[in-house]
Amino acid sequence: MAIKVALAGNPNSGKTTLFNTLTGSNQYVGNWPGVTVEKVEGKLKGNRDVTFIDLPGIYSLSPYSMEEVVSRNYLIDERPDVILNIIDGTNLERNLFLSTQLVELGIPVVAAINMMDVVHRNGDTIDTARLAKELGCHVVEISALKGTGVHEAAEAAMNAAGGAKTVPHHHFSGGVEHTLAHIEEAVLHHMPQERQRFFAIKLFERDAKIIEKLGLTPSQVAHIEEDIKRREAELEDDSESIITAERYTYIDSVIKDCVVFKNKGRLSVSDKIDRVVTNRFLALPIFAAVMFIVYFVSVTTVGMWVTNWANETLFGKTVPAAAEAFLTSAGCAEWLQSLIIDGMIAGVGSVLGFVPQLLILFIFLAFLEGCGYMARIAFILDRIFRKFGLSGKSFIPILIGTGCGVPGIMASRTIESERDRKMTIITTTFIPCAAKLPIIALIAGALFGGAWWVAPSAYFVGITAILCSGIILKKTKLFSDDAAPFLMELPAYHWPAIGNVLRSMWERAWSFIKKAGTVILLASVVVWFASGFGWEDGAFGMVDAEDSILAVIGGAIAWIFAPLGWGNWQSAVAAFTGLIAKENIVGTFGVLYGFAEVAGDGTEVWGALAASFTALSAYSFLVFNLLCAPCVAAVGAIRREMRSAKWFWFAIGYQCVFAYIVSLCVYQLGMMFTGSFGISTIIAILLAGLFIWMLFRSKKGCGRGCDRCSCHTVSTQQKDA
Amino acid sequence: MQTLKTVKAGKTARVVSVRGEGALRRRIMDMGFTKGAEVTVRKAAPLGDPIEVTVRGYELSLRKADADLIEVEDGH
Repeated sequence: MAIKVALAGNPNSGKTTLFNTLTGSNQYVGNWPGVTVEKVEGKLKGNRDVTFIDLPGIYSLSPYSMEEVVSRNYLIDERPDVILNIIDGTNLERNLFLSTQLVELGIPVVAAINMMDVVHRNGDTIDTARLAKELGCHVVEISALKGTGVHEAAEAAMNAAGGAKTVPHHHFSGGVEHTLAHIEEAVLHHMPQERQRFFAIKLFERDAKIIEKLGLTPSQVAHIEEDIKRREAELEDDSESIITAERYTYIDSVIKDCVVFKNKGRLSVSDKIDRVVTNRFLALPIFAAVMFIVYFVSVTTVGMWVTNWANETLFGKTVPAAAEAFLTSAGCAEWLQSLIIDGMIAGVGSVLGFVPQLLILFIFLAFLEGCGYMARIAFILDRIFRKFGLSGKSFIPILIGTGCGVPGIMASRTIESERDRKMTIITTTFIPCAAKLPIIALIAGALFGGAWWVAPSAYFVGITAILCSGIILKKTKLFSDDAAPFLMELPAYHWPAIGNVLRSMWERAWSFIKKAGTVILLASVVVWFASGFGWEDGAFGMVDAEDSILAVIGGAIAWIFAPLGWGNWQSAVAAFTGLIAKENIVGTFGVLYGFAEVAGDGTEVWGALAASFTALSAYSFLVFNLLCAPCVAAVGAIRREMRSAKWFWFAIGYQCVFAYIVSLCVYQLGMMFTGSFGISTIIAILLAGLFIWMLFRSKKGCGRGCDRCSCHTVSTQQKDA
Repeated sequence: MQTLKTVKAGKTARVVSVRGEGALRRRIMDMGFTKGAEVTVRKAAPLGDPIEVTVRGYELSLRKADADLIEVEDGH
């Protein structure tokens, strides 16, 4: 018999860790609320009939942010055979708030109290037998991280499936129960008995989505409204407050009966760490230091050494030389030898050379995500980011985006405010992702003699682009304010499991390697072919690069980029192949300028590049490719997350126009200082002026009369004064 | 009426009611700010906003604009 088990619980309660253990999957885990944003299915190891569904974390069944809607809709519409409710044992009170709602759905529920190892270490005790009696469902103790009790939990869930539906043991006060019964009788009697309670409570709370889902007629709504109003008058509170408060009051009594806290009120280790890490004076310096260390180790020092070795020695000399020797000895045709060495190895090798460096960056990211610092970053930076029209939570997508833009864009889902979320989606890919590092290294090496400041300046350009875009977009009509709170749980710190850190590092690196072996390999072959063949004197065949198909195509679009200072066909082609994958730009140059051609010197391409660029045009090229529309994978992510064609095209259009204008200004204004002046210079000056005006113009009120936007706050303060 | 926004760091207050409306108010209540709940203000972020509080045994950060919606009375 096929069984569907839904894993439901608060954010950051360990659902995905349990899911990975039970199904052998490698889903992404981290220590901040909102890591999982999409539901994921997996089969139980050793029993293919049992499917587990890992749902995004929710605080209640009144969904608020996007990923929470996914969870509620799944539970109500798909009705899994059993709900395995993961409860963070160190945070019972708030976790049980959701449990009291889950047991009302009329679906069998099994509660798994997670992090029991931490509960025991703290010296606290939970009377699970008593808790089971109170909740009306089976309760098991587990530690998903340590792997204890997880199979018992799965076993309990399987036994509960198909068994009796869980019936809530908790009752609201007499008057409320009376109204609920009345609502059930009035509009829900057609439904199976066990499902009525959930809907009755939601109708009592006037949940608009549920009213719509049930398709109630206005007269039905008016009928129950009368009843609700009477109850509210009697209890002198609104219906939502009544329900929420009664739930928490009930949980208070359950906690009193079932839990003994040993160290109530004493500072935990997390509190002590936070005294330093989120300290008023130390927080920002510590944050800057952490970012600097991550950057310094993974991008400049250690990362640079391993990349140089991999690029110059491994893929510059060893591999091409070995391949050439082997192919020659095998008597391989010259064109095939060229395809393999100049096409495949040059293209793929120039990208794979960055894997060791990325491994280092990914270890840092995995550690930051696993230890609990991410939520603190959002806490520390919220004030600053709000000034720029973003939320403190925007920094999480940006930081993840330094690894890869796709999960970065997906991470924006935890941002409650629709405006902040859209803004974050549009701007996240401005930060150089791991695939853009090779471009930076190439430009820095070829045109700037490996100058130390090129890489930091790329991150600086990225951050500045994000902040400036925030200001500019915030002031447009498109991003009118909407009221959304910033409520973020600060989870307890813990050492990330070594296995999880390594797995997360490897998952990311592997997807990069896979891309090199597939998409980039293919693109390299296409570029090699298109740059080596063409029509000459009316006949198709091998030609010089200057006469190739690629040169013709590149030449046709190169004029677009001429004002940016890099109007040669190679650069135009490279920028275009960058849309497939950003590191492809390096691969394309590798093929076009013959990276591996001279096996003796891996930096051959640098000389060729240096000949076709000036320092200024190279920097303009770099800026354009950092800021313009990301690779197709990230573009797809933007499309999915925006869920609107209009917004998707706005995002892509904005990124491209923004990149073009910034590059144009960089190049033309740079040229102006070296004494060159022309019509393009005037256009650049005008655009720069427009840009500055967009930044500093005063914002007109949105006219919605809300009391939450900054302009309004200022005016009220003035009134007060 | 005093709101959570004005409670000093280190002090504990008791929730009286949550103002505002719709999803915003709902979310604040779901996170545990219901009548009678005890809230301890831990600290403010380096730039004064948001603040960190302990409510129902866990740590939560919220903006002062949202804290201003939570009416409180002195706890102890």
